[in-house]
Amino acid sequence: MLFALWDNRRIRDNALQFLLFAGFAGLLFWLWSNTAANLAARGIRVGFDYLSRQANFPISESVLPYDPSDTFGWAYVIGVTNTAVISFAAIIISTLVGLVIALVRLSNNPLASKMAALFVGIIRNMPLIVQLLFWYALATTLLPAPRLAFNPLPGFYLSLRGLYIPTISLGPQAGSFAGVCLAVLIAAVIMRRWVPKSAWSLGKWVLLGGLLVVAVVLLRPSASFPELKGFNFVGGLRLSPEFAALMLGLVLYTSVFISEVIRGGIEAVSRGQWEAGRALGLSERHVMFRIIIPQALRIIVPPMTSQYLSTVKNTTLALAVGYPELGLVVGTVINQTGQAIESISILLAAFLTISIAVSMFMNWYNAHVALVTR
Amino acid sequence: MTSLSISHGHVAADMLPAREAPPIKRVPIVKMLFGDVMSAALTAGALVTVLALMPALKWGFVDATWATADPAACRAGGACWAFIGAKLRFILFGLYPPEEQWRPMMMMGLMVLMVLVSLSPALWGRKLVTAWLAGVAMMLGLMWGGFAGLPFVPTSQWGGLPVTLLLALLSLGCGFPFAVFLALGRRSSLPIPRFLSVGLIETIRGLPLVGLLFVASILLPLLLPPTWTIDKLGRTFAALTVFAAAYLAEVIRGGLQAIPSGQVEAAKALGIPHWKAIQHIVMPQAIQKVIPPLTNTAIVMVKNTSLVMIVGVFDMLSAGRSAAMDPVWPAPYREAYLFVGLIYFALCVAIAYYARWLELRVKAKDYR
Repeated sequence: MLFALWDNRRIRDNALQFLLFAGFAGLLFWLWSNTAANLAARGIRVGFDYLSRQANFPISESVLPYDPSDTFGWAYVIGVTNTAVISFAAIIISTLVGLVIALVRLSNNPLASKMAALFVGIIRNMPLIVQLLFWYALATTLLPAPRLAFNPLPGFYLSLRGLYIPTISLGPQAGSFAGVCLAVLIAAVIMRRWVPKSAWSLGKWVLLGGLLVVAVVLLRPSASFPELKGFNFVGGLRLSPEFAALMLGLVLYTSVFISEVIRGGIEAVSRGQWEAGRALGLSERHVMFRIIIPQALRIIVPPMTSQYLSTVKNTTLALAVGYPELGLVVGTVINQTGQAIESISILLAAFLTISIAVSMFMNWYNAHVALVTR
Repeated sequence: MTSLSISHGHVAADMLPAREAPPIKRVPIVKMLFGDVMSAALTAGALVTVLALMPALKWGFVDATWATADPAACRAGGACWAFIGAKLRFILFGLYPPEEQWRPMMMMGLMVLMVLVSLSPALWGRKLVTAWLAGVAMMLGLMWGGFAGLPFVPTSQWGGLPVTLLLALLSLGCGFPFAVFLALGRRSSLPIPRFLSVGLIETIRGLPLVGLLFVASILLPLLLPPTWTIDKLGRTFAALTVFAAAYLAEVIRGGLQAIPSGQVEAAKALGIPHWKAIQHIVMPQAIQKVIPPLTNTAIVMVKNTSLVMIVGVFDMLSAGRSAAMDPVWPAPYREAYLFVGLIYFALCVAIAYYARWLELRVKAKDYR
């Protein structure tokens, strides 16, 4: 009787599924009850009310303003924005650098191509954390005191205190001006369909020049140059050694992997496409950027998505050099409050959200560039 | 040949002699390097890069102090390779008791031997798996000791290269069976195994390894009963295993997708039970197909073991960093990281070369 039931496929499948589900639920319940018992035994209270308490620890640098008298909740926000800024900047710069490395490797110049290959081989076979620590060691042991700072370009100073660069500050109307620029841009793109091509080629420059003139007149941009006053620099924008080491390490590591993805995509486009382009009399540059790369994009996008995602996840290695991204903030908060469960949950939730958001955007983009077939 | 040329006037009577192959167009090297503006710019860029690296080479080789017993001799300016020589034992073995260091050395020798034996696919099979189980037991026994006159060494004193190698090897090895089940679950037609597998794989892949290491080192003691005490190394190992399982599962899934459904259908037609078909027909083919990406995952995991430093496990990288902290030496962090990086580089490049060899071999023997 029981054997007959076992021979029925649907019954058997359902029984197995039920067992699996029960086992998983049991495991979760077991973990939950252990946690509850452990927390009770140690007298830890779980809850998110600590978020509104005063943090009382410093964060060395942040994009948004932060002060130790701010709350723990705000400290997390600072961590998330730092992570987001680092990830965004690293992804943009690495993509450009990666494209350049890929093009150099694919070039006919044997010297440049071999050197690029060597560079890729060295960087991709060493752990990122070792590279970050190396760049950080370089930044903190090799760079001179502010008094003897390197001055490679006027207004740029590289010293133990970090990299100081000049900044341009805009007047109070900068926000509204950016809005106007965006509106003009959208209008121009829409108008372009009705404007004859010959008029457009001149018109776009007139438009850009007009906006530039308006910008200078209206916003009166003023540059702020770093200057050595006493023992340190004043003015300009400071990029800390931690930030510089993290950025350099992340960009080099990521761009090498991105260059491999791009190279793979370009090499996957059939040779006939090159030959057809040349036969039509297009220049090599035109063949590359108008024929090969648009087709390679379809192959490149899926692996590029996972590269971007790993870049976001790799920013957590900033812990090793002490740049205050989310991981470091979470670590500090755990030390200060002991609220480990809540803090780690916030860390995990933030990264899952970013991962899902990036993959959704890349899926949309993938659908956008995918080959349309009937 | 002449017998062909009887009737039809349009058929060639004689076989033409083979023509010479067209000459290979040799581009002169000067033209390759300076042929057009782009090439010339690239060459110039390459030369400028080499020139810019000169100070680094001078630091690393010309000005370097290669061997000295006196740390003060290293303050001259060049790289202090003498430091690596003096601290080699510490970087490689960490805090393992010096008089017992022959044990991790033998352990690594055993590991290298077993890896070398397992390189040839001809030996892959059940026997090799059994040999590995025994070998790993021996390796751990050597490290732990506590029997046959070997003093017991707790994992808190393990360190350096053996820890790095053990973590990489064991996390991949223990992650693999889980990965197979996760991959099968993800491909299952039943909803519950599928949802569970997809949920686990995607959650783990969506998280940074640092997050998982935090969970393992801080939360795991809270999640388990108080009587289960797992030491720090064990908890990190658990996190790495879970991480490896999720990534391996995706690779294996790729292989499963590449197996035509005709294989399972043929097995079904022959009356082979479903699980037997999976075990003996689908899985072997799927895994053979994904050997190149599997070696890639192996490289990723070797590199990832370096992250355990963040939660305070004393692997090779932490050992190198602690060695450089010795105030006797003039803060030779750069040298320490370069040396540790070089060992990782050698490991990863070795795996990559093996993967290339294996791929060529599999391609050459692919008669399926």
